[in-house]
Amino acid sequence: MSAVFEQIFQVGFLAAIIRIATPLAFATLGEMFSERAGVLNLGIEGIMLLSAMAGFTAASLSGSLWLGVLVAVLVGALMGALHALFTVALGLSQHVCGIGVTLFSSGLAYFLYRLIFGQQSVPPSIDGFKPVPIPLLADIPVLGPAVFNQFTLVYLAIIAVPLAAFVLYRTPWGLSVRMVGENPRAADSAGVSVIATRFQAVILGGALMGLAGAFLTMAQFNAFTFGVVSGRGWVAIALVVFGRWDPWRSAGAALLFAFVDALQLRMQASGLGHIPYEAFLMLPFIFTIVAMAFMSRNAVAPSALLKPFRREER
Amino acid sequence: MSAPLIEMRGITKSFGAVKANEAVDLSVAPGEILGLLGENGAGKTTLMNVLFGAYAPDAGEIMVEGKPVSIHNSADALAAGIGMVHQHFHLAPRLTVLENLLIGIPGRSGRIDRAGGLARLTEISRQYGLSLDPNLPVSALSVGEQQRLEIIKALFRGAKLLILDEPTAVLAPSEVDGLFAALRSMAAQGLGIIFISHKLNEVRALTHRCVVLRHGKVAGLVDHPAQTTSAEMAKLMCGHEIVPPVREASTPGASVLTLDGISTSGHAGTPLRDVSLFVRAGEILGIAGVSGNGQRALADVISGMLPPKTGAMTIAGKIVAQFSPRELQALGLGRIPEDRMTTGLVTNLPLADSMVLPRIGTEAFSRKGLLNPTAIRAFAEEQIKAYDIRCPGPMVRAGALSGGNLQKALLARELAFDPKVLIVSQPTRGLDIGAARFIHEKFLAMRARGCGIIVIGEDLEELLMLSDRIAVMYEGRIAGTLPSADATIARLGLMMTGAGHTEEAA
Ligand SMILES: Nc1ncnc2c1ncn2[C@@H]1O[C@H](COP(=O)(O)OP(=O)(O)OP(=O)(O)O)[C@@H](O)[C@H]1O
Ligand SMILES: [Mg+2]
Repeated sequence: MSAVFEQIFQVGFLAAIIRIATPLAFATLGEMFSERAGVLNLGIEGIMLLSAMAGFTAASLSGSLWLGVLVAVLVGALMGALHALFTVALGLSQHVCGIGVTLFSSGLAYFLYRLIFGQQSVPPSIDGFKPVPIPLLADIPVLGPAVFNQFTLVYLAIIAVPLAAFVLYRTPWGLSVRMVGENPRAADSAGVSVIATRFQAVILGGALMGLAGAFLTMAQFNAFTFGVVSGRGWVAIALVVFGRWDPWRSAGAALLFAFVDALQLRMQASGLGHIPYEAFLMLPFIFTIVAMAFMSRNAVAPSALLKPFRREER
Repeated sequence: MSAPLIEMRGITKSFGAVKANEAVDLSVAPGEILGLLGENGAGKTTLMNVLFGAYAPDAGEIMVEGKPVSIHNSADALAAGIGMVHQHFHLAPRLTVLENLLIGIPGRSGRIDRAGGLARLTEISRQYGLSLDPNLPVSALSVGEQQRLEIIKALFRGAKLLILDEPTAVLAPSEVDGLFAALRSMAAQGLGIIFISHKLNEVRALTHRCVVLRHGKVAGLVDHPAQTTSAEMAKLMCGHEIVPPVREASTPGASVLTLDGISTSGHAGTPLRDVSLFVRAGEILGIAGVSGNGQRALADVISGMLPPKTGAMTIAGKIVAQFSPRELQALGLGRIPEDRMTTGLVTNLPLADSMVLPRIGTEAFSRKGLLNPTAIRAFAEEQIKAYDIRCPGPMVRAGALSGGNLQKALLARELAFDPKVLIVSQPTRGLDIGAARFIHEKFLAMRARGCGIIVIGEDLEELLMLSDRIAVMYEGRIAGTLPSADATIARLGLMMTGAGHTEEAA
């Protein structure tokens, strides 16, 4: 048994956690911005998939990975704008529109992928991002190779968390976002445009979801498959609740989930092979459900979440 | 007098078929406190929302200091120096005082300008005597403090004109004095103020001039409110005299509701401590007290929403075994809650559905487990006529009604079923005098028919007029009970501060 543990807890394990957490962190922050402004974005799963596909395609056609990332971010932002158009500008049901966006984006991703790449027995792959060690920091024992010898996108995620907290809590725009999510009427009467602020937050959220998608096809798997997102979007929605709509806590939630996921991967690979691997695959999701059940009880959602804003209505 | 600070000319605004404002003219001079009067639904709030840019007028123009301005949203209004304190506050409870102040204010080098905000807050506190702890979350503030925050928020943005929509409806009498002092000091420093209230004695004490609206039109002006009687103003508002109802002498019957040594715990407000009281058939018992002294818990126990920890309650001779609203209703209890928006009517449902809600499963409104829409509609239509509830029809969203009409709808709902005991909280808060009179008359009529009524309120004049006996609550206890013949405002006021005697007179 101790051999199993030794095999699990290595430098590689830590590095795996960070890698698994990265797309989750982007997606969770994206969903958090949207929800803080009062807009639930159930389109996240589809937006991640479409961005992953678009980024991959752009990168493989142009040969530039960063162009791929840019395209993924733009596609994410665009889909965020679409969701905002329905839910913010037209005030339609956030649940229905979100699911609609997911179905539409997924369908579009499959369709375009087939159109561009045709049916191939081995899915085309690209030469994805390579780890970039950070001088000096990468030499720190254990932590160095795990955290400071990663993809640039990982570093970006690490910076994104404090940046998101700064934007949300310290800038006038962040205050507006929080206010339109708590009491849009208060924001409106203070001269803040509720519609514009919500649009911006949902678009920023979509862009972050796009980054999450880009990471999957250009750093983690280096190929696009139809199962590339496989529920990460839904998990992000749970992690936002788990993280109580706070950037730091949400990132912590993403790390925790990544830990359980990395653990189950190692357990699959280790000497516990007589257990069907599907049992391990379930672990992180069971963890999410249990954690959610405990944590979400005293979590308070933004008061105006799900509520469209129409000025002349009482 | 100098050029008007604000002038509105020919403002017209309709909601569907309802003409909320029709060719309204209004002006405010610097340093002037203007009263805006009118019945419920006369269009006061609508007019102010037009001025503040929340509603777009169908016609008319607005001038600020003689120059025409176009106000399309609150940002435009704030830029033109117009600030508004709404009837329902516009604050985010989970954000701090400072954050609520700084919303929409550009930051400094990309950050929220906390230091600048704090400095400005201190300055305003000093200038007008309004202070608040900037770091408290708004949810920790009392209603009076939240209102102060709304006023500070307007001043913070450099308002030259401050609109207050029924600011005193939510305040305890003692808080009203503080508000008036602040408003007078603002006017003395050159600010214009528009003050909306249904309490005519307040209007007479505070304002310099009044505009009276009736059915969306200007019905008249009052140039010297202090020298005008409330009766004259009321006549301008309603178009006819308002005669105060008389409480005829009567002999109460047997007790219909008794509370014996009731104590509570686990309640948001002040818990009850050993409360005993009774109401007899054909009697009105007033409950006076500064709000927050256990009135909420008392109303919740009597209406079955809060089971007491100790003590017993009897309704019409039967001991209450199970505390649930349904159970108590079956025993003959009627209730009109304090907050008509949240616990009263369902604002998103049609008015008709809301009006039958407590009895929705009964035979009158359902057949074989299915709702009977014809009966529900017919009932609502009947009540709308009987109580003169002004609305487009029974199927309108309850939330679209004005405050007074909502209250009438609630009253109609309870009285239609002939309760033996009726408990009401703040029955006429926010209601115009016509509507208040109407409700008072209904209570007195119920009393004459042998109903026992408990009226919880802060308006002592109203309590003295309605009640046969008045009990005063202080810190969750009954501090004393007086027959209203012996009660005076001064005496009750003293007892409300806990200084009174505790004689138990019946
Ligand atoms: N947003 C709205 N949608 C539809 N009708 C409205 C709306 N706002 C007001 N009304 C209607 O316009 C009329 C005027 O309402 P308003 O709220 O201005 O009255 P008010 O004078 O402020 O009354 P109160 O004293 O009860 O506050 C009412 O008939 C009301 O039902
Ligand atoms: Mg009003």
